[in-house]
Amino acid sequence: MRKGLHPLVMIALVTAVTLFGRVLPTWTLSLATIAASNALIALGIVVLARTGNVSFGQGLFFAAGGYGVALIANAWGLTDAVAQVIVGAACGGLLGLVIGPLIARYSGIFFGMLTLALSMVFYGALVKSTALGGSDGFNVGRPSLFGMSFTDPREADFMLYAVSVIVTGFAGIAATILFRSEFGLASLAVRENNLRVEYLGLSANRIISINFLIAAIFAGASGAFALMAQRHIDPQFAYWTTSGEFVFVAVLAGNQSVAAVFVASMALELVRSFSNLYLPNTWQLVLGVFLLGVILFLPRGIGSLWIRDRHKRRISATVPLTAERGAAP
Amino acid sequence: MTPVLSVRRLEKRFGAVVAADALTLDIPTGQKISLIGANGAGKTTFVNMVTGYLKPDSGTILLDGIDIGRRSPRSVVRLGISRSFQIPQLFVELTAAENLTVAISGIGTRMSLRAPAEAQGRRDEAVELLERFGLADLADRPISELAGGVRKLIDIAMALVRRPKLLLLDEPTSGVSAEEKFTTMDRVIHAVAPDAATLVFVEHDMEIVSRYADRVVAFYQGRILADGAPAEVLNNQEVRRYVTGGVR
Repeated sequence: MRKGLHPLVMIALVTAVTLFGRVLPTWTLSLATIAASNALIALGIVVLARTGNVSFGQGLFFAAGGYGVALIANAWGLTDAVAQVIVGAACGGLLGLVIGPLIARYSGIFFGMLTLALSMVFYGALVKSTALGGSDGFNVGRPSLFGMSFTDPREADFMLYAVSVIVTGFAGIAATILFRSEFGLASLAVRENNLRVEYLGLSANRIISINFLIAAIFAGASGAFALMAQRHIDPQFAYWTTSGEFVFVAVLAGNQSVAAVFVASMALELVRSFSNLYLPNTWQLVLGVFLLGVILFLPRGIGSLWIRDRHKRRISATVPLTAERGAAP
Repeated sequence: MTPVLSVRRLEKRFGAVVAADALTLDIPTGQKISLIGANGAGKTTFVNMVTGYLKPDSGTILLDGIDIGRRSPRSVVRLGISRSFQIPQLFVELTAAENLTVAISGIGTRMSLRAPAEAQGRRDEAVELLERFGLADLADRPISELAGGVRKLIDIAMALVRRPKLLLLDEPTSGVSAEEKFTTMDRVIHAVAPDAATLVFVEHDMEIVSRYADRVVAFYQGRILADGAPAEVLNNQEVRRYVTGGVR
């Protein structure tokens, strides 16, 4: 049987990380909130990538979640952080539910370019929409939690940090369970040979659509976090460079470990912040070198630092690899 | 005997090439039928049409009276026809047991998003199927590390998971050494017996055909050249001339 952390241990870890926020300096709270938010959307990309398809347009669902929450918050005064995350996830999910089945019949570069095209169409519509503030966007109020308002900036930052870590943590636990499930295994099968999947009586399109929906829900929730952190939304949420950043995090993490997505997101935010601080004119160069370094030395992502190849790990516990019946020469 | 599969005036053309020319064939329940013919005779096209991969230009394909000629491979599989491939179609990064688990998890109700793929029940089922082919000790080996002959057997094992009414095997012994071909085919026949009521296999090796088939259908240029008992078909002058080249 494949070993892995028990969900209860994961819940304990999420709790510990949340409480750790109490002793973190204030500036790291907002950094960690952004990292957790980016990790959530990158996690969705990793979920989808297990079917062999990469979305270059997750900004579409990120923006849908953000705009959906912002409009409802301003129209109906919905300020509760948890409710906003749910609304964001629902907005992303609804859009994913419509687009997923249409796009699932495409694969590879066509799939990626279609997602990118859709996000840019949405971006164009947002820029032209005066009702949504055009290219300037619009502001929203400070979030609350279960009826409590936070006027102290430190407390407000901690509240947002806690909600983002808990939501992202639980999304990570759900993704871990999904990866280990029958459905998770079938997703890997789709990546390798979707014709054979059909000949087993399974629908490859449905498997891709469900993974796409999960990725869209995560992206919508992430959009809600980004909105709460900035208290402002504009069409940049749907722009291709925004989507590209999330793909960067997913590439850095690799698809072997859910925890790697969080580590990669935090590492990227730290490198970006410090290089921006100490090398304000060349911080993009530092970021690029960092990315190249990871791709060069850890081609299977940061997760490969602690996850050995799944088959080698299993075989080492069973039989020797060589001189065995049926082994390929 | 009642035919499990009934094909009537099936036609398929690829440009000027006639791959199926008014094929009419009944496959009764319980038979082991071998399809023979030179390369390009239309055997694999026939298998591809029956399994939904290719749509016929005209004609009907009835499975237990249901027309399956326009259905997708997934729908055909669900109705009871499974197949293996000339080049095994497996998930090479997954282990042998995981390949079978994917096949098993697709049966019946919706696939679980929560139930672990390596739950003991699922794994036992996968290993039991591998055991039938004498491959249980390779359950945890990735397909990428297994030899071609073993891959063939796992490909067949995956087709068996749904306990099909009709099992189509595309060249089950191709790529297997001359010394091992009978052992391989014995394993296949033995493993298939409890589940697949009817077996159709495409084969080029006439020793295999005469030893394992109840009935032989010889194809030539998209037509059925001869259809009958192995001795009768393999001694047919036209079959000897166009298909076996005099080999017996």
